Amino acid sequence: MSSLAVRKAAPAAGTTPGTAQGPPLRRRIALVPTLTLLLGAIYCLLPVAWVLIAATKSGSELFSTFTFLPGTGFADNLSDLNAYRDGVYWQWMGNSALYAGLGAVLSTAVSAISGYALAIYRFKGREAVFNVLMAGVLMPPVILAIPQYLLMAKADLADSYWSVLLPLVLSPYGVYLARIYAAAAVPADVVEAGRMDGASEWRIFTRIALPMMVPGLVTVFLFQFVAVWNNFLLPYIMLSDDEKFPITLGLFTLLEQGSNTPALYTLVITGALLAVIPLIALFLVIQRFWSLDLLSGAVKS
Amino acid sequence: MTSARRRSYGVKGAPYAFLLPATILFALFFALPIGYAVWLSLHKVQVKGLGLGSGARSEVWAGLENYTGALTDPELIDGALRVLGYGAIVVPVMLGLALVFALMLDSDKVRLAPFTRLAIFLPYAVPGVVAALLWGFLYLPDVSPFYFVLEKLGLPQPDLLDGGGLYAALSNIAVWGGTGFNMIVIYTSLQSIPAEVYEAAKLDGATPLQIALRIKIPMVAPSLVLTFFFSIIATLQVFSEPTTLKPLTNSVSTTWSPLMKVHRDAFGEGDIYAAAAGAVIIAVATLVLSFGFLRAANSRQKQEAAR
Repeated sequence: MSSLAVRKAAPAAGTTPGTAQGPPLRRRIALVPTLTLLLGAIYCLLPVAWVLIAATKSGSELFSTFTFLPGTGFADNLSDLNAYRDGVYWQWMGNSALYAGLGAVLSTAVSAISGYALAIYRFKGREAVFNVLMAGVLMPPVILAIPQYLLMAKADLADSYWSVLLPLVLSPYGVYLARIYAAAAVPADVVEAGRMDGASEWRIFTRIALPMMVPGLVTVFLFQFVAVWNNFLLPYIMLSDDEKFPITLGLFTLLEQGSNTPALYTLVITGALLAVIPLIALFLVIQRFWSLDLLSGAVKS
Repeated sequence: MTSARRRSYGVKGAPYAFLLPATILFALFFALPIGYAVWLSLHKVQVKGLGLGSGARSEVWAGLENYTGALTDPELIDGALRVLGYGAIVVPVMLGLALVFALMLDSDKVRLAPFTRLAIFLPYAVPGVVAALLWGFLYLPDVSPFYFVLEKLGLPQPDLLDGGGLYAALSNIAVWGGTGFNMIVIYTSLQSIPAEVYEAAKLDGATPLQIALRIKIPMVAPSLVLTFFFSIIATLQVFSEPTTLKPLTNSVSTTWSPLMKVHRDAFGEGDIYAAAAGAVIIAVATLVLSFGFLRAANSRQKQEAAR
């Protein structure tokens, strides 16, 4: 069927009849790949489209009208969400922004300086340090999270902002990406030239190398931001005071209560929509600066 | 002389100074917790008398007792089997789709590529909890468009929140969330293949399908190995999706996945020693499975290269 579609498409675009291999046609479309990708895009956008529409429905419309028929309750849902427990929802959003923003900044800084050191210097124990850090990638968060909680509790830090922020600052994957990028983007002669001019190692790093690493560091920052924003396990284990919850945990508790009080379902749905918007916006704005090739470990020099 | 010496000293000390923050953080938040988990897993609480008063409860050496307990615990074994079944669906479907989409994006004359690429990548930005929540509602018969369509067509309506349907439902959430990221990784490495390779193949009369199967897929094998590796690790640790679906259905127990059981042991039952043993077992299983996979993949690649 697919090959039929391709054959049909070809003459429509104006093939010269008779020549099997006519001149390359600018307007010919590869139908099978395009359709496959479109199906994939529809699949991926479906829940997003659903939540956009479902957020406009009132509680009674949610279970009674057709799924993709817009409702009339969006303004009410928004004000209900706003009023829920004195606006705790916005507290959650603020907490997530704090955890993800500050966490990603700190994490990017640590990754940058560690990655730079591992890429530029030849020193004793370099590979050993790198391998031990990388072993951290493979450590399941669960083996870490429970003892981290117990240790935090001993240090009297459990259920604090620090307990969610600090364990995420060191990102082995971030160090790995920064190392690859530093090796590709910072030429050894530039570092050498800085030394000849008498600059200290710290000055060479902050004034010369760091600006060269910026595109790679944007990727590290975004990667960490998304990872922390999406994190659930660590705050779920660390926090009990819901004023400190990030949005993922807040929505989860709301859904849990919703199973007893279905009226809360509309709040959950509206809340989910609003929670997705900042990240999607971030994606659309920054995607041009984001070097995706870094994620696969391939850097074009 | 002095300045030269100081400078060379500075250069020598610099990498260690630069790595200091990472080292301290690693010691505090990786090494120490891992060591503590292993220590806990080898201990248990002994209660003297009624267990009241200070000193009545003390931690004593338990040897491998917690481990034998965990490994013979039917809840943990059932959870492990469920997750293996779930992984057997998620990993091949997700990576298969990621590979197909990456190849389609890379093909000639494809339209709407930037839009579809972004759309398929978009779920990566959606937290696992929110993804599970959205799909969870789409699985509810009263809300779901699928049930509406099936009903209009007079087709049977499977229960997606129970039995075998639950596996499909959970797998779908993971596939939805993970395909785009893996697609980008594979697509990026496809793009780094030099165009001359294709020119040569086309001159030899290879069809696009042959080029995809014989040239493109073998050349992106390293990134396929990488995505497999990360998918296996992520799958074995599935936690937030089943936990999120739990309020919507009674078929997700508190011990659905091994990780959920570890969490329940630690915080529901308060037995941190059993929980630590469970966590160590999951960690070891993850490492064994992922490294076993890497070794198998590497030796296969060496064989191919030797041919």
